[in-house]
Amino acid sequence: MHILDLLQNSIEAGATRIVLRIEENPAQDRFAIFIEDNGCGMDADMLKKVLDPFVTTKKTRHVGLGLSLIQMSTSRCDGYLQIDSTPLVGTAVKVVYRYHHLDRPPLGQISSTVRLMIIANPELDFHYIHRVNDRIFSIATRELITRLGDISLCHPEVIGWITEWITDGITRLYGGACNEND
Amino acid sequence: MKTIEDLKKLREKVQAQTDLRHATGTQIIVGMGTCGIAAGAREVMSALLDEIAKRKLQNVFVRQTGCIGLCEKEVLVDVVRPGEPRISYGNVTPKDVPVMIAEHVVNGRIIEALVVGKFTE
Repeated sequence: MHILDLLQNSIEAGATRIVLRIEENPAQDRFAIFIEDNGCGMDADMLKKVLDPFVTTKKTRHVGLGLSLIQMSTSRCDGYLQIDSTPLVGTAVKVVYRYHHLDRPPLGQISSTVRLMIIANPELDFHYIHRVNDRIFSIATRELITRLGDISLCHPEVIGWITEWITDGITRLYGGACNEND
Repeated sequence: MKTIEDLKKLREKVQAQTDLRHATGTQIIVGMGTCGIAAGAREVMSALLDEIAKRKLQNVFVRQTGCIGLCEKEVLVDVVRPGEPRISYGNVTPKDVPVMIAEHVVNGRIIEALVVGKFTE
């Protein structure tokens, strides 16, 4: 849920390229999420403010409760939230948890998030990279469009293919289980 | 198992089937700000994509948008059929989706009970 929220922030910052990287490493007790966009970015002043739930600036960027909720959940799990941003260049968000912490939120239905990011944002170059130990799954809007030509990402056959491709890919990351909880 | 090369075959197959080219299609827009997501926008969006794939609907395009300031009525879904006013539906749940697709998107009948706004663009 947090991930989709962060991605929507990037879109509203005018990003045309977003990279979402998830790294799960149980052996090193580390669970990290990276989101990098080429949106409008934020200056140092704004960066200080975004984590305060009571300072919501809806002028250029609609960041309100979202980031403070994430910070709360990371600090509860011996992790942290780090945001680097340069105006006009983009923003990089890093969310780190201790993998085995009892309060770490589960990744949830990430395949459904990835699917809608790709299909519902055809003009956005979305790149998803998911690593679990030494297994990797990745998918990118640009790569799909290159192969599909003028066929829409929202064509029923394409939706079916993308859905299966993502579900299979992520299932294989976990050695056959649908998600980390199975 | 699927391979990325399948997409090329799929492209050829779809191109062969598509003899009618419509310049515009029906747009379905889902509100996905923090409020929409919290209210279940992802599940509604998933239901929409599944229904389009299941009914093999061509020329229907699903898009996402941010918060439009009607947070209490989320999940908000707008349906825009070519040449018709933009219809906003509020408090949409995944179980409303099959009805919305069948009635409005396919047959052009607006579901008045769910409407929160109409806009002529």
